[in-house]
Amino acid sequence: MIEDFFTHSPYELSQPEKEKLLLTELRALTHHHYNNCRPYKNILDAMGTDIERIKRVEDVPFFPVRMFKELDLMSIPRDKIFKVTTSSGTTGQKVSRVYADMETAMIQQKVLIKIFGDFLGKKRLPMLVIDSAETVRNRQLFTARGAAIIGLQMIASKQIFALDKDMELQKEMVCEFLREHAGQKFLIFGFTFMAWQHFYKELLKMDERFDLSEAFLMTSGGWKKLQSESVSREEFKARFKEVCGLGHFLDHYGMAEQIGAINAECECGHLHASIYSDIIPRRHRDFSPCEVGEPGILQMVSVLPHSYPGHSIISEDEGVLLGIDDCPCGRKGKYFEVLGRIKKAELRGCSDTYAAGF
Amino acid sequence: MNGVEYLAGGPEVSNTPLPAYSEEALIFLSDLSAKLLHDPRTRAYPDVTSFGFWCRKANLQKLKEECADRESRLGRGLAFHVAPSNVPVNFAFSFAFSLLAGNGNIVRVPSKNFPQVQLICKSIKQILPDHSEIERRAAFVRYPVDQAITTGFCAKADARLIWGGDDTVQAVRSCPVKPKCIDLVFADRYSICVIDGESVLQADERSLKKLAENFYNDTYLMDQNACSSPQLVLWLNGGSEARERFWGAVAEYAGNLYELQGMTAVDKYTQLCEDAVERPEVEKVLRQNGNLLYRAELSGLPENAGDDLRGRGGYFYEADLSELSDICPVVNEKYQTLTYFGLGPERLRKMVIDDHLRGIDRIVPVGRAMDIGVIWDGYDIIGTLSRIVQAG
Repeated sequence: MIEDFFTHSPYELSQPEKEKLLLTELRALTHHHYNNCRPYKNILDAMGTDIERIKRVEDVPFFPVRMFKELDLMSIPRDKIFKVTTSSGTTGQKVSRVYADMETAMIQQKVLIKIFGDFLGKKRLPMLVIDSAETVRNRQLFTARGAAIIGLQMIASKQIFALDKDMELQKEMVCEFLREHAGQKFLIFGFTFMAWQHFYKELLKMDERFDLSEAFLMTSGGWKKLQSESVSREEFKARFKEVCGLGHFLDHYGMAEQIGAINAECECGHLHASIYSDIIPRRHRDFSPCEVGEPGILQMVSVLPHSYPGHSIISEDEGVLLGIDDCPCGRKGKYFEVLGRIKKAELRGCSDTYAAGF
Repeated sequence: MNGVEYLAGGPEVSNTPLPAYSEEALIFLSDLSAKLLHDPRTRAYPDVTSFGFWCRKANLQKLKEECADRESRLGRGLAFHVAPSNVPVNFAFSFAFSLLAGNGNIVRVPSKNFPQVQLICKSIKQILPDHSEIERRAAFVRYPVDQAITTGFCAKADARLIWGGDDTVQAVRSCPVKPKCIDLVFADRYSICVIDGESVLQADERSLKKLAENFYNDTYLMDQNACSSPQLVLWLNGGSEARERFWGAVAEYAGNLYELQGMTAVDKYTQLCEDAVERPEVEKVLRQNGNLLYRAELSGLPENAGDDLRGRGGYFYEADLSELSDICPVVNEKYQTLTYFGLGPERLRKMVIDDHLRGIDRIVPVGRAMDIGVIWDGYDIIGTLSRIVQAG
C-alpha cells in the first residue's frame, strides 16, 4: 500500500530497504494493471511474462514510453478520469496522454510535496512562476508544464505568473515582487529554457539589481535546448549567480508519464530517486541493468500510477548511476545523471529515402 | 547550375548513344573494377568490393553474351538517375547498367556523404581522362533538395531511373520531360522468405551456419531496411524444432557481428508492444540473444502484410503455411523478392505465373537478396534503357 511509504521521509531508506518496499508495491501494481488494462495484459501475454516470477525490482516488466503517445492507456473506467496530462511535445509531434483518477492525482500531489519539502522545508513559500497563467487555464487538458505548475501550487503560499499571454515579462509586477522578497527565502519556478530566456535575459537588461541569494530557482524540462545555445548547466548557474546572487538551484528530472515521483537535484548536483520511485539504466543489447558508472537507457519505476500502467517505463533517455546510498548530501538510494536523448538510429537500406526531400 | 557539385564529369553530358555493351563501356567498367579492387581502401567496404567484382571484365563479357539481340541495340540517349539516399553504392550500379545500355548519364549521388561514394567517384574521376567516349557521357552530381535543379536535369533526359520511397518517386516524376522519355521506377517494395522446415532439420551444422550467414547478409547487414530484405518469414513444414534450430543459428551469427544501436533496441521493443496490442494476429513475440532478434509469431497472414508488417534491425514476422499457395491471396504489387531455402525456384516461379500474382519479381536463394543485377524489380534494365534498331 502506498500508505506504507508515507511513514518514511523521501530519502531515508537505504537501497535494500527501499527495494523491499518497492517490490511489494510494484508487483501489486503489475497485477492491478494486468487485470484492468487490456493493452497492458496483451503485452505481458505476448512476452510470456509471469508476474509470480518477479523477484526483484528489475524484474518488473517495463512499458516503452512511446506507447503513451500511440494509445489511450488507463486502468480505470473512463468516467473516473479526473484529469488528463499531456507531455510537452514540440509542434507536430505526438504527445503522451496520461489519465489520472482522483486517487492517483492526490497521490501525485502528496508525493511531490513530500519530495520538495525535503529540500525546501515544510513552510509554504511565495512562488514566482516564469510562465503565463494561460498555461494552466484548461484544467481538463494539462500540458506537462501546466501540470508541474499546478502541482507546485501545493508548496507555494501564492503563485505569481511572470509572463503575459504573449510570453512577455510583466516587468512592473515582477520587479515589485522581487523588491518585496529580496533577501528572503522564496521560490522561482520555470522550465530551464524559459527561466533563461524570459527571466535571466530580462534581469540582465534591467538597471535595477535584486538580491536573490536566499531564493530557490526550481527548474525542470531538461538542458537540451539550452545546450543547443551553448549554455551549460554550470554556466546557467554561474550567470544567474552573477546577475542576482541566486544561490539555490533545484533542478529536477521526471516524465509526464510519471508525474509526482520526480528526481530532484541535491546540493551536490546529483539527481536522486526518492523512495517512491527508482531508476534502472539498462544496456541496450539485452536490457540487462547497468553497473554504477555505466551509461544506459533509463528505466523508471514509480509506485504512484494506479490509474494508468505507468509504474514501470523505459524512456528514450540515457543516463548513468553515480552511486547508491553514498551521496555526500546524505540522501539514501540511487543518484544519477541524465545524459540526454538516445541518438537517433541511422539505418542502412533503401526505404524512406528522400521522403523529406525534393 | 547553382548549388550543383560535380564529383566526376562536368555539366556538358552528351546524349549521343553508344551501342549496347559497347567496347568503350566494357573497357571503362573493367578498368574501374580493377582500380577499385586494387585500392586498399576498398577492403573496408564490402559493398564497394561487390560492385568492383560485379563489373570485372569476365562478368560483363558474360552478360554481353547473354544479351542475344545486342547487335541491334543502341542507347536511348541521356539518362538521369536519382539514387537512393541511404544505400551508398546503388548509384554506381544504376550508372553501370545505363552505360552498358549505351546512354550518357547524369547521376545524382546520395546527399549523405558516404565514404563509398567518395571512393567510387574519385576512382571514376581518375580514369575518365583515359576514356574520352565515356568522359563526355558521365556526370556525378550532388545537390541539396532542390526541385528546380531536378527539373533542369529532367528536361534533358531520354530516360530517368528513380530510386527511392514513394514520395521521392512522385516528386521526381512531377518534373516535366520530353515526350519520349521513359521512367524506370524503383519504388518502395516488400520482400519475404520461404523456408522448408524439414530441410532445416536435415541440414548439417556447416550448412546450417551457412544458411544463418546468408540470412544475415540478406537482412541484418542492411539493418533489414532494404527493399529486398525479407520482413516476413514463412514456414513450410515449420515445426517448432525447425524454427528454433534456424533462429538459434541466426541469433548466434548476428550476435557476433551485428551492431545494434540503442534507439533500434528501443524501437524494436516498442514495436513488440504495439504489435501485441494492435495486431490480433500476433500471438507471441519472442526475443532471442537479448535484443538482437525479435520474432512476432502470426496466427495467420493479414491481407495488408506488404504495407504493414515491417521490422528494422532484426524484427521479423513469421507464420506457418499449410501449403505454398497460402501466400497467393496476400501478394500484391508491393512484393519484390522472395528468398527460399529447401525448395526449388521453378516451383515458386510457376506459382507466381500460374496464380497470376501481381507481385514477386525475384525468386532467389537465401543469401542472394541483395545481389542487384541487370534484371531488377521485374525490369530488363538494359533492354528497357536501349532501343531496338529494326531492319529487314
